[in-house]
Amino acid sequence: MALLEVTGLRVRLPRRGGWTSVVDGIDLAVDAGEVLGVAGESGSGKTMSALALLGLLPHGARTEGSARFAGRELVGMGEQQLRDVRGKEIAMVFQDPATALHPMLPVRTLLTEHARHHLGISKQDAGKRALELLEQVRIPDPARTLHAYPHELSGGMRQRVAIAAALACGPKLLLADEPTTALDVTVQAGILRLLDRLRRETGLAVIVITHDLGVISALADRVVVMRGGVVVEDGRTSEVLTSPTHEYTRSLLEALPPAHRGSAS
Amino acid sequence: MSELELRGVEVTYRRDGRAVRAVDGVDLSVAPGEVVGLVGESGCGKSSLARAAVGLLAPSAGEVLLDGHAVAPLRRRARPAAQRRLQLVFQDPYSSLNPRRRVGRQLSDAVRLATGTTAGSARVAELLELVGLDPAMAQRYPHELSGGQRQRIAVARALAAEPVQLVADEPISALDASAQAQVADLFVTLARKLGIGVLFISHDLAIVREIADRIAVMYLGRVVEIGPTAQVWDRPRHPYTAALTAAVPRADGAGTLPQDLPGDVPDPAAPPSGCHFHPRCPLAIDDCSTRDPRLLDLTPDHAAACILLEDEPAVPGR
Amino acid sequence: MSTPAEPTADPTVDTATDARAIGVLTRSPWRQPLAVIGIVVIVGWLLVAVLAPMIAPADPLAQTFGKLSPPSAEHPFGTDNLNRDVLSRVLHGARISIPLAMLLVVLSAVVGAIMGGIAGYFGGWVDAAIMRVTDLVFAFPAIILAMAVSAALGPGLSNAVLALTIVLWPGYARVIRGLVLSAGQQEYVQASRLLGSSALRTLTVELGPSVAGPVLVLVALDVGNAILLLSGLSFLGLGAQPPAAEWGAMVSAGTAVFDSWWVGLFPGLAILTVVLGFNFLGDTIRDALDPRTARAIRS
Repeated sequence: MALLEVTGLRVRLPRRGGWTSVVDGIDLAVDAGEVLGVAGESGSGKTMSALALLGLLPHGARTEGSARFAGRELVGMGEQQLRDVRGKEIAMVFQDPATALHPMLPVRTLLTEHARHHLGISKQDAGKRALELLEQVRIPDPARTLHAYPHELSGGMRQRVAIAAALACGPKLLLADEPTTALDVTVQAGILRLLDRLRRETGLAVIVITHDLGVISALADRVVVMRGGVVVEDGRTSEVLTSPTHEYTRSLLEALPPAHRGSAS
Repeated sequence: MSELELRGVEVTYRRDGRAVRAVDGVDLSVAPGEVVGLVGESGCGKSSLARAAVGLLAPSAGEVLLDGHAVAPLRRRARPAAQRRLQLVFQDPYSSLNPRRRVGRQLSDAVRLATGTTAGSARVAELLELVGLDPAMAQRYPHELSGGQRQRIAVARALAAEPVQLVADEPISALDASAQAQVADLFVTLARKLGIGVLFISHDLAIVREIADRIAVMYLGRVVEIGPTAQVWDRPRHPYTAALTAAVPRADGAGTLPQDLPGDVPDPAAPPSGCHFHPRCPLAIDDCSTRDPRLLDLTPDHAAACILLEDEPAVPGR
Repeated sequence: MSTPAEPTADPTVDTATDARAIGVLTRSPWRQPLAVIGIVVIVGWLLVAVLAPMIAPADPLAQTFGKLSPPSAEHPFGTDNLNRDVLSRVLHGARISIPLAMLLVVLSAVVGAIMGGIAGYFGGWVDAAIMRVTDLVFAFPAIILAMAVSAALGPGLSNAVLALTIVLWPGYARVIRGLVLSAGQQEYVQASRLLGSSALRTLTVELGPSVAGPVLVLVALDVGNAILLLSGLSFLGLGAQPPAAEWGAMVSAGTAVFDSWWVGLFPGLAILTVVLGFNFLGDTIRDALDPRTARAIRS
């Protein structure tokens, strides 16, 4: 029994009197300690799928199908329960750390307010926890960073803080939507290593949504390739990237420069 | 010869009353038909360099030459006709096209502005075909097009000026993966087919490696390594170049994590002493914090700025 | 090279607000009651202004209808203390207040556009000087400054228009300067400079359309404001002079004969409806130009 098991997930948005399917019946599963890559270009429905799991879809959207997380059904779950799951058991990291972090709050508050809300821990313990979190995401000089505001940090440091905030309540699953797209390759490498270490050390399950097959190759155990709201190919990363069966996956790989593919290095 | 040449270009801007040197003495040249890739992390001064190269920013020192003539920084007057043959392609094709005007109108306007001749629909169609688009696109508004199509339109607009040199500032980083490779290839085609010199600025070393004849690596306002693509990629001589190449994740399914380079690009307002890279450099020795390395010619066309190379110039390939 | 098979941009998630704004203006006002009311009221008053000589039952200046008779079948709005028909005067008043208000707003917008354009275009000390002048104007309540200026120039409608233009142009100058400065940083503007467009051509051709929308909103909202100010000056005796049928002056006359409520009430209602009409219209245009609300209006 996987930690998260999604079957036949559909997301429809109201559009001009009718409905448009943006996610059209996808299946996927992820186990504890596993990294699942969701690959696809913009408009493939990969972000919508993740938002649907968290009940964060735009107003008026309809979700169908099933998403069982740790034995509970997320689709159709009440807003109150969903809020408990969200943040506490499933956390999310977004592409742009500059907008995902509240600009007026210091790192300490960003890291602890959810923990205090969800776990009901004291202010003092929360401060200690915040320090631990910053150490966990390898932020140099964590004691000082605690009092910094997001704009005082570099892009890479902000993304580390965003990940730390996501980890604050000890989630079982992390949804990372293009977590390194806005970052330089050198910084990206650091974040990828961080995510890899977290899943190995804490058994965190990670779904990483990205258009970058290099990121998937580095991090993901299994990969799901999406296009137009459907899964066109899935399997072990090593197999999908070396011998893709679907033509779309092949075209994605061929679009990469050989250096990215790795075959011609 | 319509060479683009940057000589000791510096760009300084003021921030909070302090002078910040974004570009710190760059020498660079692009020959006709050549693609030169300029890579570096964000904050290294790539964009300032691009803007100074075409005259959108006035260099605080040094000069930019097109065909041997100085490129004057843009003021209120219209740009002199000769300099219109040096064009810039912007990063974001969403803000670089006028949202209120049809594609065809923007292209014919560009032809008329740059060359003083009236552009018929035939010329517009020709420009669209040059960038691999259907001439029917002339009737569309930018918001009706995908990012890749928009960037092609932006390139077509630059081509309306019949350029001899193109500077492209991160032209693919706002595009989808499949469009990235296609637009990058477009620049190579233009260089080969029309003999246009291209200065292709990107943070994506792998794409640059694919299309550039030469690569220049920039760190904190300075070029730290420059040379033929194959040499720079396969035998990087500067530790920063080596770190950049090692950080690129490869989609080979092998599950290898890329090497990270700890730390961030320092604030250009307070650059580290000596070699700017020494605080992050895995090979740094004590001297690195005090001595400022010169760009050292390793072969006639390959140069790097690292004191480890200065000390042992005779030993090739560390 | 083949045309790439990229997914085309989703037309509902675009960055261009204009096509959408035009669509909203042409199609959907009818789904917004306030917009409909605004447009109907304004069109109605414009028709009244044009047709006043034909539809008014009497000459607005004729003093032959008996003193202060309350509304009746013969005089639906009653008569005033100088034996004139109030209905005819209110209808004719539309010929003074509305065109003058529109004229003075357009004048202010033109002066403001030029000054704001100059400030944004030249920058430096020119910008600083113009902006300090606008600050000076902003430092006074509009009506007080207009009173001072029109008192200095002497009473009369044309001086009142001039005084109000002096009061109103800085608002436009500020908005237009801001638009010019922000639009000047747009990359498509820089691209056109690189192609050989002079700064002035860029300002007018490339930036003009981007500036036009917000200014249009301001103009629509300001016409109501201008009518109020103009009536206010006339009320104070600084604008329209007797016996002109100007609404503000008529309200002022009504205060002298307070018991005869109809003398001041009907011109007052005229001012109220026109001002509300223009405000509704301005709000509608603003909402239509704002992509966030435009979507809400359309769906």
